[in-house]
Amino acid sequence: MTAMHINIQNKTYPKATAPTIADFKLSLKANEFVCLVGASGCGKTTLLNIIANLDKKFQGEIVIGTQQHPKIGYIFQNPRLLPWRTVRENIDLVMEQDHSPAVINALLDTMQLTEVQHSYPEQLSLGMSRRVSIIRAFAIDPDLLIMDEPFVSLDPPTARQIRSHLYNLWQQRPHTVLFVTHDLREAIALADRLIFLSAGPMRVVSEIPVPISRNERDDETAIELFRQQLLQNYPEIKGLL
Amino acid sequence: MKLTKIRTGLSLAHFYPALSIAALLALWQGLAVLINNYTLPSPIAVATVLWNDCLSGELPYHLGVTLLRLVVSFSIAMCLGCAIGISLGRNSKLNAFFDHWLVIFLNIPALVTIILCYVWFGLVESAAILAVVINKLPNVIVTIREGTRTLDQDLLEMARCYQFSKSKTLRHVIWPQLHPFVMAATRSGLALIWKIILVVELLGRSNGMGYQLHMFFQLFDVASILAYTIAFVVVIQLLELVVLKPLDKKALRWRR
Repeated sequence: MTAMHINIQNKTYPKATAPTIADFKLSLKANEFVCLVGASGCGKTTLLNIIANLDKKFQGEIVIGTQQHPKIGYIFQNPRLLPWRTVRENIDLVMEQDHSPAVINALLDTMQLTEVQHSYPEQLSLGMSRRVSIIRAFAIDPDLLIMDEPFVSLDPPTARQIRSHLYNLWQQRPHTVLFVTHDLREAIALADRLIFLSAGPMRVVSEIPVPISRNERDDETAIELFRQQLLQNYPEIKGLL
Repeated sequence: MKLTKIRTGLSLAHFYPALSIAALLALWQGLAVLINNYTLPSPIAVATVLWNDCLSGELPYHLGVTLLRLVVSFSIAMCLGCAIGISLGRNSKLNAFFDHWLVIFLNIPALVTIILCYVWFGLVESAAILAVVINKLPNVIVTIREGTRTLDQDLLEMARCYQFSKSKTLRHVIWPQLHPFVMAATRSGLALIWKIILVVELLGRSNGMGYQLHMFFQLFDVASILAYTIAFVVVIQLLELVVLKPLDKKALRWRR
């Protein structure tokens, strides 16, 4: 079952001499977790904005699920919460009008944010704000979850903690995920499939399934071992990290 | 020792407003005694006029009429100005076209608009209100347009991605960001509008503060002029204290 199909023939910014993305195809299965790994500036954010329907100036086709207007939960690099609304109000706002409060309660509980639900975003740490933006994305029960380096500029223990929160949440509520990162360990810990991208115009260099079972994703040594293997077997990806 | 020092400092600062008003009154009284002439009546004489005119109901009536005009013209100018300002700020083509109109209207003297409105539409209430609105409108538009240009694009993108409706985006994403600009337009607007209204009333109405001031001027009744001025200043200050300050506080409660 295909959850999403991307076919971008051409995306060229005005005044640019070469296209940023050309002849790019990618399909995701339902509830598949795919990590896009690539050097900065290779067009990942452009790709995400096209998929999220924020950028309509391209030639090609994006099909997500079966609906005309698919719901997309976008977890941006900056949390992008409304500073004048409390944590709970920020989540409330993206949901349908007649939603049940129990859904939000459960999400807040999983992300350990129940205590700060009535605080304003400016009173939270960056890690907490990131968790709120993760809840917001899950709250709409999206057809596709997009995450654009959501753990960048966090200290490693906090990043690891939020990553495991995210992973638990995703296992409780499976969704199709497109996750962008340049941290190979993070990608291995999360993904079913890794896709390595290079720039000018953006293209797929390698596509590698992650054979580590779901209950071993906490195992740092297994992840490290697979990383070593990858770098050895696919020397072309070294230049992308 | 230190504690008492801080305490006295605080309590002194607390009395500064009262002290400065008292100083102004003392200065006024001194000057009145020195000049000893009907052109500068003493504070007590003015207070007597103020009290008597309040009791007779004359001052509250004219003050009320002027305030009603203020509320009506101010509301129209703010609503229209916000709508047009947001449209111009969000649409660069529209803005490029109407920018010249704005510059022209900003530079037309208030007196000219007032006279033209009276000439074209007669000495009627609607002409008076229209004249005030035309005077204030360009200011509101410019302030709100600047505010709209500073809107956070990241948040607007978020709203689009999460499929916020237009009214939801306006209410929850755009309006809170425009709030400081709306308050700035309100404050500068109130100060500007009531001065214009007095001129409008002086030129073409038969009631209101402006009309009364005109009468007092012809009678050289300085005590009444000062009494009416004080009453008006007090009302405007009350408006600031009772309406605007609490609005500010409520809207900015999310700030650290």
